[in-house]
Amino acid sequence: MSLEKSHRDTYRRAVLGRLRKDRGAVAGCIIVLSIVFCAIFAPYITPYDPLKHNYNRLLFPPSLTHPLGADQYGRDLMTRIVFGCRYAIVIGGTVVAIQLLIGVTLGLMAGYYGGILESMIMRMTDVMLSIPSIVLAVSIAGLLGGGIQNVIIAVAAVGWRGYTRLVWSEVLSIKRATSVEAARAIGCGDLRIIVRHILPHTLGSVIAYSSFSIAIAILWAAALSFLGLGAQPPTPEWGAMLADGRDFMSDAWWIATFPGVAIMITVLGFNFFGDALRDALDPKMGKRV
Amino acid sequence: MLKFILHRLLVLIPVLFIVTVLASLLIYFTPGDPVRVMLGIRANEEAVRAIRAELGLDRPVYIRYIKWLGNILRGNLGRSLQRNEDVLEMILARLPATLEMNIFAVCVSAVLAIPIGVISAAKANTLVDNLFSFFSLFWVSMPGFWIALIALLLFSIKLHVFPISGRLGPIWTKEGMWSLLLPGLILGVRQVAIISRLVRAGMLEVLNEDYIRTARSKGLAEKVVVYKHGLRNAMVPTVTIFGLQVPELLSISVIIEIVFAWPGMGMLLVDAVFKRDYTLIQGIVFIYALLVILVNLMVDVLYAYIDPRIKYD
Repeated sequence: MSLEKSHRDTYRRAVLGRLRKDRGAVAGCIIVLSIVFCAIFAPYITPYDPLKHNYNRLLFPPSLTHPLGADQYGRDLMTRIVFGCRYAIVIGGTVVAIQLLIGVTLGLMAGYYGGILESMIMRMTDVMLSIPSIVLAVSIAGLLGGGIQNVIIAVAAVGWRGYTRLVWSEVLSIKRATSVEAARAIGCGDLRIIVRHILPHTLGSVIAYSSFSIAIAILWAAALSFLGLGAQPPTPEWGAMLADGRDFMSDAWWIATFPGVAIMITVLGFNFFGDALRDALDPKMGKRV
Repeated sequence: MLKFILHRLLVLIPVLFIVTVLASLLIYFTPGDPVRVMLGIRANEEAVRAIRAELGLDRPVYIRYIKWLGNILRGNLGRSLQRNEDVLEMILARLPATLEMNIFAVCVSAVLAIPIGVISAAKANTLVDNLFSFFSLFWVSMPGFWIALIALLLFSIKLHVFPISGRLGPIWTKEGMWSLLLPGLILGVRQVAIISRLVRAGMLEVLNEDYIRTARSKGLAEKVVVYKHGLRNAMVPTVTIFGLQVPELLSISVIIEIVFAWPGMGMLLVDAVFKRDYTLIQGIVFIYALLVILVNLMVDVLYAYIDPRIKYD
């Protein structure tokens, strides 16, 4: 047991060491942490209210008091973007949590049990793969009636298949390992084998993939809100802000620009981090792909 | 070859079948009554019941599904709940716009992504490679609708280079091409960002093969090694990538269509979703899936031409 533990510690230290040396990882980490910080402390960061109209400063261009300008109702854009971090983090986090639960469970089941269960689950992911994600997400979100909650359901519903494929392919090789055979020999039940001896080995790639899928979830949720199916104005959600500011684009470029920059930086942060994480967890892959 | 295509077509049937089940389930789990949405809140019971009966909505869901499936087999996707037009005709009217934008984007991405991927692989981990890699990560992180908005603002509204929005004609007319250029390029360049990375990975795989070392040690010029020995063998994974990217491409094209008011299937879908036109949504989801499946079939067939080792028996 202690040998295994020290092995794990060495591995963990090696991964952390590689992450620390990777500039992308550091940049990604800083971005992600700043977004989380903004999300938690939003009201303390900015002196303005994200929702209150102020008719004295309609469409104010960026200035010292309003670094990113004000929108068509005179609301400080910076404030709204800072508050928008909350929606991005909550939506991205919840979506990925749901996807993990569904996707990993199905992947473990398909990989471990095989047979007809496997073919059913994997055919299902094939089918999901043949419907463009946005088409499905738009249909689900729209039919459920829009709103943030339904956007979360819609994005989660189309994204779990990635986890299923990933976990399934990993389980196929892990389940032949001697440790799994040994566990079975001493009479461990299926559930115990899956949870204690298979799941931990898939976690590395699942964690790296999660970073990417948070990025994708944030992008899609913003897209659905932009289409009018998600967060509704005056909610300071980035996609909804873009849709809302669209009509004022030609007079006030900042309204349609900065929420997009915010999305981009957030997504970039998660992508950087995911890239670095993947490389750190599997150093062989790093240099080649 | 014909046998292979027929075989693949047969395999497609169960996949399409599940798609139809999924499309109907989508509507089954939907809260709210389409007829009430259609007639407004103050509609009287009598009218609601009459229309429900006329549309067959009063029957159990599996009967409706079987009927719908039967109709699909006869090429009938039903009638739009809101506009009372034939769904298939409505979709076919929008299909060319969607197809031409996506095909244009695929051409753009093929022309740009393959050379970029090959150069990145041949010069792996150099400044050029890192630049391309950074550009790609950057571009992929930008929301598609936002790039489209900014491009629209910059090129159409401020600089007046391109028409503001809409489709001014089919692609073969001058106006049509002109209006397609901006949305098509935006869609295409996004694909370049994704595909060039994957081409690079596939190419690197090939460049590590023994026959490449042999070619190099024979004293062949690096260009010949990379393009003749490398790229040719990297074509199979490359074609696979293009095939796999089709759903993603279609996804983003839905959003680009909305921003540019491009009258394609994506706009029709969003419109149908807002009007809760269930039959139309069902039909569009089905046709999108059919498109993806057909493209994948084409990709399979293409393999045979690229790689003579692949035999279809």
